[in-house]
This record gives sequence, C-alpha cells and structure tokens, in this order.
Amino acid sequence: MGKILMKGNEAIGEAAIRAGCLNYFAYPITPQSEVSEYLSHRMPEAGGVFLQGESEVAVGYMVFGAAACGERVFTTSSSPGISLMSEAISYIAGAQCPAVFVNIMRGGPGLGGILPSQADYFQATKGGGHGDYRLLVMAPASVQEAVEMVMTAFPLAEKYRNPVMILGDGLIGQMMEPVEFPEHLKAEPSNKDDWATNGMDTRKSTKKNIVKSLFLDPVVLNQNNLTLKEKYNRMKREDVMWESYNTDDEYKLLIVSYGTMSRVCKTAVDNMKEEGIEVGMIRPKTLFPFPEKAVFEAASKNSCKMVLSIEMSMGQMVEDVERCIHGKRPVEWYGSCGGDVPTPEEIMDVVKSYL
Amino acid sequence: MGKIFKKPDCLADQVTHYCPGCTHGVAHRLIAEVIDELGIAGKTVGIAPVGCAVMAYNYFTFDFQEAAHGRAPAMATGIKRVRPDLVVFTYQGDGDLASIGMGEIIHAANRGEKFTTIFINNAVYGMTGGQMAPTTMPGQRTTTSPFGRDVEDVGMPIKVAELLSALQTPAYIARQSVIKPKYIVKAKKAIKTAFMYQLERRCFSFVELVSTCPTNWGLTPVEAVIWAEEKLLSYYPTGEYKSPLQAEGGDNAT
Repeated sequence: MGKILMKGNEAIGEAAIRAGCLNYFAYPITPQSEVSEYLSHRMPEAGGVFLQGESEVAVGYMVFGAAACGERVFTTSSSPGISLMSEAISYIAGAQCPAVFVNIMRGGPGLGGILPSQADYFQATKGGGHGDYRLLVMAPASVQEAVEMVMTAFPLAEKYRNPVMILGDGLIGQMMEPVEFPEHLKAEPSNKDDWATNGMDTRKSTKKNIVKSLFLDPVVLNQNNLTLKEKYNRMKREDVMWESYNTDDEYKLLIVSYGTMSRVCKTAVDNMKEEGIEVGMIRPKTLFPFPEKAVFEAASKNSCKMVLSIEMSMGQMVEDVERCIHGKRPVEWYGSCGGDVPTPEEIMDVVKSYL
Repeated sequence: MGKIFKKPDCLADQVTHYCPGCTHGVAHRLIAEVIDELGIAGKTVGIAPVGCAVMAYNYFTFDFQEAAHGRAPAMATGIKRVRPDLVVFTYQGDGDLASIGMGEIIHAANRGEKFTTIFINNAVYGMTGGQMAPTTMPGQRTTTSPFGRDVEDVGMPIKVAELLSALQTPAYIARQSVIKPKYIVKAKKAIKTAFMYQLERRCFSFVELVSTCPTNWGLTPVEAVIWAEEKLLSYYPTGEYKSPLQAEGGDNAT
C-alpha cells in the first residue's frame, strides 16, 4: 500500500482500526474532534463500536468497562477532556486493565486555548489522576509516527495491562501529511482469561474474575502498588524509545525536545550546522519511561557544555532532564505555550545566546 | 425428602459485612435467585458501586467489576456495547446513583442501553456514615442535616423512578421494596422482568428497591421497617412506572 495524504486526527482513528481495536468511545473537543467524526462512519464500516458518550467522565468509564472485558478499546480527547478522564485512568491503572488514551494537547490551564501546546507533560507522565500510577506515554512528531505509535500502543497496553497514552499536540492532530499504514496487527496470544470479566462461559470456567481497585487491607494494597511499580520499572528496562540527532559531532549544546517542537528544533540544528555551529539533540519518543540514560550520555559528552530543554510549556520536561543529568551540566529551559509554535530562527537565537 | 429451601447457587458462601437489619442481603438474594432461575450466571457481569455494596463482588459467584462513585452505568454501557451477549447489571445506592452518578444513569437510560440497574434507595449515605442523600426525606435527620432536611435550603428528595420514566426512550422502570415479605415477592418479580427484558435485548431496565438503613437512621431493625413503610413508601410509591409495552402499543400501559 502506498502513501496517502491524511489529516493527523483521521490517521489516528484509522491506525486504531488497523491495530485491531474496534471499540471507540469519545466526547467532542477541539482540536481532536475529527477522530470522532472519522470513526463515526469508519467504525461501523469496519464492524466496530462507535459511541459518543455524555461526558469525558462517562467515556473514561465506558473505556474501563470494555477494557475490563478484555476487549481492545481506545478514546481520544484534548487537555480539559483528559483532566475529566483522569479519574477513570487512575481506576484503570489500579485495576490493571489495558486501554489506549490519545491526548491531542491544547493550551491551558482551564479552557486555555485551542492551539497546539505541550503543557500536559506533567499530567501525562506524573499522574493526572490520584494514586501511585504511571502511564506509558508516547509522543509522536509526525502523522506517520502518530500512526505507528497508535499501532504499537495496543500491544504495549496488553503487555503491561496498563493504560498507554499517545501525547500529541494540536498540530499533529490538525496537519495533513503523507502517511503509509503498516500491516494490520496480528492477534497475539492473550492471557486475558486469567483476569478479564468476559463471562465465565466465554472462558469455559467456573471461577469468577473480579476487576477492582479497592484493597482495604494495607498489606494487600501495598502489594498491589509494588506490583504496579515493578511494571513501571519493567517499562524503563524494556520500552524506552528516543531518537538521537546530530550527536556524532562535537556539539557544545544539547537540545532535548519532543513532538512538534522537536521538528522545529531539528530545522534549527540543520541551519546552525550550515553556519558551522554544532548542536546535538535527543528527542524522547517515550516521555514515560523517559530516556534517562540517552540524555545523560549525550549531555556527558566532553564537548557538551550545557543542555537546553525546549518545549511548548512553561518548563515541565526540563525537570526530568535536570533529574537525569544529576547536575553534571547546566540545564536551561526555553519555550512558549500560548499556542504559537516557536520558529527555527527563534530557537537559533536562543541557542546562540548561550554559546 | 429433598431440600425445599436453599441458598441460591450464585450467592457465594460468605458472611457479609452488612449491618444487622440491613436489607442489602435480601436484595442480593433476590438477584441471585433470578440469575439462577434464568441460568445466566456464566454470562453475567455485575458492577458494584461505591457505597455499602462496594464489596458485593465478594457475595456472588460470577464476574464482577467495581466502578468509581456513580460511574457504574457508564461501565455497563462499555461492556454491553462491546459484548452485547453478556448480561450486565449495576447495583447502586442513592448517593451513588442519584447524586454523583445522576448524569450517567440518565444518559444510559436515555440511550436505551440494554443493561439492568438495581437501585437501592434507603434515603441516606450508608458507607460514609449516614450523611444526607438526594433521597433523604424532608425533616429527616442525618449527620449532615442535624436539624432535619430543610427543603427550602436543599430541595425535595428526588424520585428517581418517576424522573427516569419521563424520558421518551422505551424502558422498563419499576419501584418495589424489600422491607416485608409482601413487597419482596413483587420485588423479585420486577427484578426478573428487568433481566428478561435485557435478555430479549429490548430496553434499559431499572428496579428501585426501597430499603432500610437502621444503623444510620438510629433505629432498631423493626423500627426501621415501620418507618420505611410509613414515611418512605408514601413518598416513593411502589409500582411499574414504565414498560416497553407502552411504546409497543401494549394494553398494560400505566
């Protein structure tokens, strides 16, 4: 199959179907409503379930109910909607069910704006809902990568029995790019009969399954949290993803940037290279687990004097960058989050001001 | 001579955590009897609420999910949409369903989701220690209405069965009670009817059960039954409020 020109939001919907996910619940919100509009006709065509819920709160639990039955399910929303879904996300993580949430970020806090932003980094990687849980968070930098990440997200959610979040921004959702869809995912052998409430007859068992997040006994609750922690540690061992860019040369400054922002930074890096200025870059593709080792090693290079976290937020990822560099290099932040994406020229000026 | 009275098969062999005189046990038993009689335990998924029945999953022998406060109808929607072959019911109290979960129950009912809701109305929050509920009676003292429910301040108690019956989507909506044998017989019939409509994939089905909470009412179990019969049943009359037969032009419309 060749490349086709497709809007990010629609490509995300199509990718889910090709990943074998035929269950979608959602509530409209700008700038991701095209996912729902697309799937409102495409899901029935593919023989799947499309339902527009009455709120993001309810949608979160529709996803939970379906996920608890062991069915592939996903939803899409944007920042304020993800805040409302965060209650359900906490329950799904606590009850250890697989599900995929897509956040096409817009500016905040509050209603904020409808233009692209990366201001939900903390919400996605540090919690959002209550309790000790983590999401596996992937951040696409193109429509093609959004497709690939959506298709990777379902097997990962099932591998860990944990929600996976695709953290895109309004630009990823709204822009059109050529995209090529990978092959349909093959169904993996599943152990869902061990835990899913899919009906005892379905799994030919007389033993009930219970999906719950309540553990009143402190010892048992602690054990559940230790189980979750071990899963998150395993994510750190097995599923960290990142891209290194221009890190072979002797750069004085290392940029860490992800998603849409990283594309602008790449252009700035290329332009500066033409001017004879070497700048290295690490682009985290997973925000949790964060590519700690890759950032540390790239920052530790002898030629590297400082690290600059560039993000469409007022300084969120920079805290993770600082954390994994252990004070070995100075770390600075640059960014904006009103909705305007900084230009390559702006990035170049900032980088040069430090050199 | 064989056994003529026994515990329903799908009721687990468990001592419950419910208080003496609480009617949750009766409601659980009725549901279990109906599921046994219909032979559907193997394809049933129950949804426990947040409230006294949060651990209902311990008392049945089939699959169960545990919802967040008020969200059981959304979870039931999720299950029924992706697995319409499963039999799904939510079991919810009045704080759960009529306060924090009012949005979810109204929209699930209005979409005509093909699951069953058993709604326990005992006019008070139980699990959290007897606070005022949307169903608390005028003048009723609770831990957050120590001078009695002031309807000028917080409005009148909500009649959920009547409210849901006002929706235009066909549904089965009934209110019965579990406080005395004469009501319990009718309650079981209503629960069975509700599950039958679900099995026929006909409509959303809802049975409100007027119940007691002696602990939080500050009454003995016997006094609680008397109070419920006098005060609650006069405000929350039993009966069949809505039937899919109405929409289908049947003759037993109420």
